[in-house]
Amino acid sequence: MKLLDSTDSGNNSSIERTQYPYVTGTSVIGIKYKDGILMAADMGASYGSTLRYKSVERVKPVGKHSLIGASGEISDFQEILRSLDELILYDNMWDDGNSLGPKEVHNYLTRMMYNRRNKFDPLWNSLVLGGVKNGQKYLGMVSMIGVHFEDNHVATGFGNHLARPILRDEWHENLTFEDGVKLLEKCMRVLLYRDRSAVNKLQIAKITEEGVTVSQPYSLKTFWNFNAFQNPTAGAEGSW
Amino acid sequence: MDPSVGDLNSPHSMGTTIIGVTYNGGVVLGADSRTSTGVYVANRASDKITQLTDNVYVLQIRKLSLIMCATFSINTRPRIQLGQPATVKVAANLVRLLSYNNKSMLQTGLIIGGWDKYEGGKIYGVPLGGTILEQPFAIGGSGSTYLYGFFDQEWKEGMTKDEAEKLVVKAVSLAIARDGASGGVVRTVIINSDGVTRNFYPGDSLLLWHEELEPQNSLLDILSSSSSEPMVS
Repeated sequence: MKLLDSTDSGNNSSIERTQYPYVTGTSVIGIKYKDGILMAADMGASYGSTLRYKSVERVKPVGKHSLIGASGEISDFQEILRSLDELILYDNMWDDGNSLGPKEVHNYLTRMMYNRRNKFDPLWNSLVLGGVKNGQKYLGMVSMIGVHFEDNHVATGFGNHLARPILRDEWHENLTFEDGVKLLEKCMRVLLYRDRSAVNKLQIAKITEEGVTVSQPYSLKTFWNFNAFQNPTAGAEGSW
Repeated sequence: MDPSVGDLNSPHSMGTTIIGVTYNGGVVLGADSRTSTGVYVANRASDKITQLTDNVYVLQIRKLSLIMCATFSINTRPRIQLGQPATVKVAANLVRLLSYNNKSMLQTGLIIGGWDKYEGGKIYGVPLGGTILEQPFAIGGSGSTYLYGFFDQEWKEGMTKDEAEKLVVKAVSLAIARDGASGGVVRTVIINSDGVTRNFYPGDSLLLWHEELEPQNSLLDILSSSSSEPMVS
């Protein structure tokens, strides 16, 4: 059995089967707002049920016009970032005044994910791609099997089940930055309570026509002082 | 959409952290409060400390939804036969019998702790299979794997009540920091000659560990307070 090293261009020798994820990140949430896109993700990477790494940046800028957020296997995300870096480099080398916008990057990612899926060797990630170019806001998602779409608000993993219902209710066109941040924090707090792979340290990134900014890491306050939490089994000994 | 989300139909399992510690005069029992079904946290404030008798409490790791309904039989049997509340040893052994005789059906690890006037504070561990072991302290649950080294270093004989409780809260909080299956609040029960005290330590009152940050109300507060250090690009 030949060992694959850095001189191999992808896997061409053996038939690879679907792998298992080892170090994984949980949900990413993205929303469109008045001036562009806001994206939030916590900084945790779990190793099975252990919360192993707590300072992993899962939202990164891509070129001048896009932001990418990833959940799933972190090594695959790092590989994707390397490919995107190469893509942007080649784009710059043309030196023609054009630059790849979020729509183009999203398409590139979709092709990459779908092609790997067809070879039964997926990149085990769900990606959120957002950006602004020439005043046009764009927000899309690609899953590990190549399912891709665009929307006003997207989420990966548990965010789909817990955050999107909140966003469906409370998102509207022309959210201000403050309202957008508050909305994302509301969703992240619910995920913190209810997703066991969530970690209380997050970053919120924003992209507008002017450029990308990623916030410093910070933690959210949580609330535990409901009366019902104090003595939940008072009338029902043995229950939980 | 995401195959990695997991099966929300999996049985209620209690990945958990449970700890029982003896001190000079009684015992302190502690647990986290998270119940998860797969990756979803079904209950973030559950109470894993169950009362067996007035002076004996049990901590359970419930792997399957077969809950030990031992509380009734254990409370009534010794009272009827002896006319006084059970000792910790008797209660622990009754619980163990249930665990041992139903080995194939029940899959649970337990820590039984209490105080009686004959032996004082005692902790009994009843792991899978139904073994019974008297221990000065016991830890269990998925979160306990992160605490073996901690207890090897920190455990001391003859602690005071406050030292023991602080140790338990610190330990559960360390486990919560690293075990995805443990979380929420830390509940403790102190049992001694004066009776039983229940305490509640919410998530935000626990110490911060490595790579954890002070909680904030919102990013907006950070941005407005430190306007010299805005978002980094």
